[in-house]
This record gives sequence, structure tokens and C-alpha cells, in this order.
Amino acid sequence: MAEKMELNEIEVWDGNQAAAQALRQAQVDVVAAYPITPSTPIVEGYGAFVANGYIDGEFVMVESEHAAMSGCVGAAAAGGRVATATSSQGFMLMIEVLYQASGMRLPIVLNVVNRAIASPLNVRGDHGDMYAGRDSGWIQLDAFNAQEAYDMNLCAFKISEDINVRLPVMVHQDGFTTSHTAQNVRPLSDDEAYAFIGDYKPVDEMLDFSKAVTYGAQTEEDWHFEHKAKQHRALMDSYVVIDRVFEEFEKKTGRKYRRLESYMMDDAEVAIVALGATVETCILAAKELREQEGLKAGVVAPRSIRPFPFNEIREVLANVKAVAALDHSVSMGAMGMLYNEIAGAMLSAQERPLLTNFIYGLGGRDFAVDEAKRIFREQKGHADVGYITTEIQQFSGLRGPKLGFYEMKRS
Amino acid sequence: MAITSIKNLKEFSTNNERLEGAHLLCPGCAHSMIVRELLNCTDDNLVIATNTGCLEVSTAVYPYTSWDTSWIHIGFENAATAAAGAEAMYKARKRKGTLKDPDAPVKFVAFGGDGSTYDIGFQWISGAIERGHDFTYICLDNENYANTGGQRSSSTPVGAHTSTAQAGRVSYGKKQKKKDIVAIMAAHGAPYVAQLAPNKWKIMAKGFQKALETEGPCFINTVSACTTEWKFNPKDTINIIDLATDSLMFPIYEIINGRELNILYRPKTVVPVEEYLAAQGRYKHLFKPENRHVIDAIQKDINEKWEYLQRREEAKV
Repeated sequence: MAEKMELNEIEVWDGNQAAAQALRQAQVDVVAAYPITPSTPIVEGYGAFVANGYIDGEFVMVESEHAAMSGCVGAAAAGGRVATATSSQGFMLMIEVLYQASGMRLPIVLNVVNRAIASPLNVRGDHGDMYAGRDSGWIQLDAFNAQEAYDMNLCAFKISEDINVRLPVMVHQDGFTTSHTAQNVRPLSDDEAYAFIGDYKPVDEMLDFSKAVTYGAQTEEDWHFEHKAKQHRALMDSYVVIDRVFEEFEKKTGRKYRRLESYMMDDAEVAIVALGATVETCILAAKELREQEGLKAGVVAPRSIRPFPFNEIREVLANVKAVAALDHSVSMGAMGMLYNEIAGAMLSAQERPLLTNFIYGLGGRDFAVDEAKRIFREQKGHADVGYITTEIQQFSGLRGPKLGFYEMKRS
Repeated sequence: MAITSIKNLKEFSTNNERLEGAHLLCPGCAHSMIVRELLNCTDDNLVIATNTGCLEVSTAVYPYTSWDTSWIHIGFENAATAAAGAEAMYKARKRKGTLKDPDAPVKFVAFGGDGSTYDIGFQWISGAIERGHDFTYICLDNENYANTGGQRSSSTPVGAHTSTAQAGRVSYGKKQKKKDIVAIMAAHGAPYVAQLAPNKWKIMAKGFQKALETEGPCFINTVSACTTEWKFNPKDTINIIDLATDSLMFPIYEIINGRELNILYRPKTVVPVEEYLAAQGRYKHLFKPENRHVIDAIQKDINEKWEYLQRREEAKV
């Protein structure tokens, strides 16, 4: 029996510690992992809890991230609670197995501590890894600070293991900005946290020999399409369970989460859509602009990147005049992912805003409140004249000559 | 420890039906013989992981499965790690008391071809063995990427023709030597490593039993003659493997704890390797006069290896 831990009402944890504590409280049975900056302290934390008797699980330190996710898949199919963590290059090495995990409908929680992708090699935060895994069939939740890294992990197990979902879940947090910045976190007690998640309920487990199970079969053109369609449907429909889990979490903690977070959007004339810790920067900028300049600025942030909150985006942005989509990764040769997804949602709306795209913060380049304010003001400029006065895609915070693409032609 | 009698082949071959006869392996493929020997040599519950390859694509095509036991396939390279993950979960759940049948013995086995064992999955196997998981890895070694139409692997022997190491007007086929996977796995210090062949079925079944009963990671390389790519008549599979073991192209031996080497089969009459080569289409070109030196070199290698194995056995080090 694992020993319990007495926690303070407010702990000072960074995002990694918060995630590791959530893994402990969930009493994860198996963590198969390979260390990579900046996610390493999460699995180190799990290992330390095991070594000191706070978790009665198996800590399997494998020889690569591909093996880490492979071990997680084998463990999950054997009918218990499974989690791991990774970043950047490790995530890239895992990608093959991410698709196999979701295709087999196995509940696994993966903490992705977002970091840039080489080359050039870079250990700092951007969303290159997040974007590379966006089609992998996982539910993807985004935490903007350490408290949310803790909260989203608790919710992730409950969502992933729900009988109507049975899909793996990623919890994203920003490398260093969130993962290594100590903040106040209000945890649940061990008993409350475990009761919220509940016992793991095995489904089609390999260790129940009364019924033989085959995992990872082959399907060709006769059945593959139906399998993938069902998998897509499970992911699309998972919003029902995500909403329910968020509601239960609010009842327990008072902390309210929604698949699409919005701040000061009731009367917003201009808005920024962003992900990660940048959301908090943009909220500060919007508040200051409202107070100091009377600019009706608001912020929109997908908490659930997959399933993408398509309808919610359409509703919240319908009456906004100008919107900037901030992408913390560059989708080479195209507009940013967030821009494209928002454009896709808004194209089917009756009313839609002028939409521009900013690529920012690659490889950990700082993105500060002043820059967010400048972007808000620029949106106000578009709103006032009724057309986009800049290139549609711009780079924010880039040294050297200004870089942008696609000017809007006016007739 | 529930071990089945292996005295009578007829009894042995029908004592467990955990791989159904309905599968898509080629007629004459040795894979199913080897797999069935493994499944039949124990009554324990089995969790089987299989790498992508002939065995996998032939036994689990939705909506059918040939496996009447727990079975998982993830990718080309990671069956060892899938078995390791399941084994870790077994240990955790056994401790916590969440298993449905906590007292039933369970064994974990991973299968892979030589493509996934010698080449693409090499690292995954090495890692799982180093970590000491209680499982057995069995390589079905048919010396080429048979599932994708017969390309070279690092197990393909010198002189064999494959689609990516072709014999032609100025080439005698593969130039590089076969990787010594048994020595490599033994060098990990694994408690039980062996090379076995399905023609010597009792030796093979006993070797499998030893691996399953040994605590810790075990590795077995098995000779699986490939009728399609080695190019012989499907009815001759066992005859070809007889030539392989009796020419000492595939010596049968075990290595315990990385050190103690025991030869498990000594042919009464050693067959010249030429006879083994002549029985297969993949070596046909070696019988042109200009390629005679390749056959001589193969024979020389076999002699030296056999000498080495015998000395290792005698030395008991």
C-alpha cells in the first residue's frame, strides 16, 4: 500500500511538479519513460515517489521515447493506469506509436512539455511538438499555468478512461515558462483527488485470460475506413465527457474550465486567440488596454485543442471585428495552424471578423505584454477601416527586416 | 509451473490449440511450426506480442484472428517493449491485487522476424533485455524481409540473392556476413540464450520450456526456412532445415548467463554446405564456376565457427 502525502492548502510547485503530483495522486500503475528537457522532472518525480513508497507502481526507464510509448501501449492493453511525459525530439520519436495508441483506443495520459523542434537544436518552449501531433487521434488539453497542469492531469485520467471515450489524452504545458516556474498551486488532498478520478476499470484487458483479445490487427480497404471513421467519431463526441468532467471538477474545486476559454469577450471589438502561457500575457494586455485606452479587447483560448471547439469558436468570434490568431509554431509553407482552424470555423459563420496571423516566440523568444498590446491596437486599426491593412501573416519579435506574407487586395 | 509432456509428437502437437489453423502463412512456412511449438510447450497463460512481419500480417486480419490467447501488435520494431510494458503492468497489478485470476501463472513472449530483430527492432530488444523484464523473445529467422518481398536483412548470409542484394552478371549476391545475434544477446548477460530449429522439435520444445521457466529476459533465435524466398518446394521445409542443422550452417546451442555454452545437437554425419546451398534457388548462382570461391568461403566460415563453439563448450567459460 502506497503511503499518503500531507499537502498544504497552497503548495509552491512548478508545472512539472504539479503534473508529477497529479500522477502520484492518480496512483498510476506503470510509467514507461525516457527523459528529455524540459519534461524530465515529471518522470523523475514519479520515480522518486515510487522509490519512497508513495506510489505502488512500476517505473520502467526505457531506452528511447519510441520505446516509452510502446511500453505504455503494452501496459495499457494489460489493463491498468498508464502515464508518461515527453517534449520536442522525444515527442517526434514517439509519433509513430501515438497513432497506434489511439488506433487501439487505449487510455494513456501523456504530458507534453512543449519545446521547439530541431534543426537548429533548441531546448526552449514553442509549440512545434504540439503541432506535429495534432492529427494523432489523441484528446489534447492545454494548461496555461502550473495549477492547470495539475488540474488538467486529474481531469485527463477521468476523461481518457471513461467507457464512452477510451482514448489517450495529452496534457500540454509550456516548456520552462510553465514547467520550471514555481507558482502557487492549490491541490486536492490525496483521498479527494483519487476519489475524483476513481479506480481504473479494465476493458478488454490482456491479463484476463477468460477471453482472448487481439490488439493491433490489420485492416485493408475493406475495414480500415470504418475503423478510422469510428475513431474520429469517438474523438469528436468526447466533448460530452470532457464537459461533464470539467463540471464535476468545478463542483469539487470551484475552478471552472471550458473547452474554449474566453476572457472579456462579452463586448469585445478585437480579440487574440492563443494557446499556452501566452494566454495569460494576452489577458494582462487586454485588461490594461481596457483600463488605459478604453479598447474593448478580449482573449480566446482553446483549452481542448482536440476535439477542436469549432462551434464555440464560431459563436464567440461572430461579433468581433478583428481577430489575431497567434501561432507559437510555424507551419512551414502555410498559414499557422490556429489561424487555419479559426478561419475554417469562421467561414461557416454569418458574421466573421477580419482575421490575421502572427507567428511568435519560436525557440523560446520572449513574448511580452507590450507586444500583445501592439497586436490588439493593430487589430483595432483593421476594425476601424474595415479591411486588413497589413500582411495577413506576420512575424512578431523577429530580428532584422519585417517579415510578412499575403497582402489583402482591395477592389 | 505447468509443463506439458514432449515425448510424443502427435500428442504434443495437439495438446493446446492457441494458434488456429486458419491463417495466411505460405504453405510450407516454418513460422507456424515454431509458434505452435512454443504455444504447446506450456499450459500457462500467455501474453504474446508480435512485430510487424509475416507472422503478424498472416494471423490477425480483421475481422479474424488466429490467436486464442492475449495478443498484441504495435509496430515493426517494438514487440519486445509491448511485452515489457504488459509484464510491468502484471507486476503492478499483482501487487495491488487487481488481477482477475491472481494465482494463474502468466508468461510473456515476443515474436519477431529477422528484419525486426536483427535490424529495425534491435535497440528495443536490447533495452528490454538490459532492463531484465521476465519475458522470452523469439526470432523467426528466415534471413530476409520476406513480408515485403524478399529484401536483404543483416541476417541474410553471404552469397544469398535478395531483391536488394542481387546476384547478377558481376555480383554473387550479398557480400556482408550474417550478424551473430546469438553472441550479441548473450553478451547482454541474459540468463538464457539459444539457437534452435523446428526439425529438432524435442530440443526446441525443451529450450522453449527452459526460457519460459527462467526468470528474466531470454532470447531464442530459431531457423525458419522460407519456401517463397529461399526458393524450394513447400513440401521440403523440414528437409531443408535438416540440411541447415546437419551442415552446421545453423548450429544448435544455448548460452547460459552469457557464459556457459552447451551444444545441443551434434550431427552424426556433417553434410557439406554445398548440399544445403544446392537445395535452394537463392544460392543457384553460386554454382557458376566464377562463384565457386564463395561456397568455399562459406564452408570455411562454418568450420571455424563450429571449432569456436566446441572450444567454448569445452572451456566452460
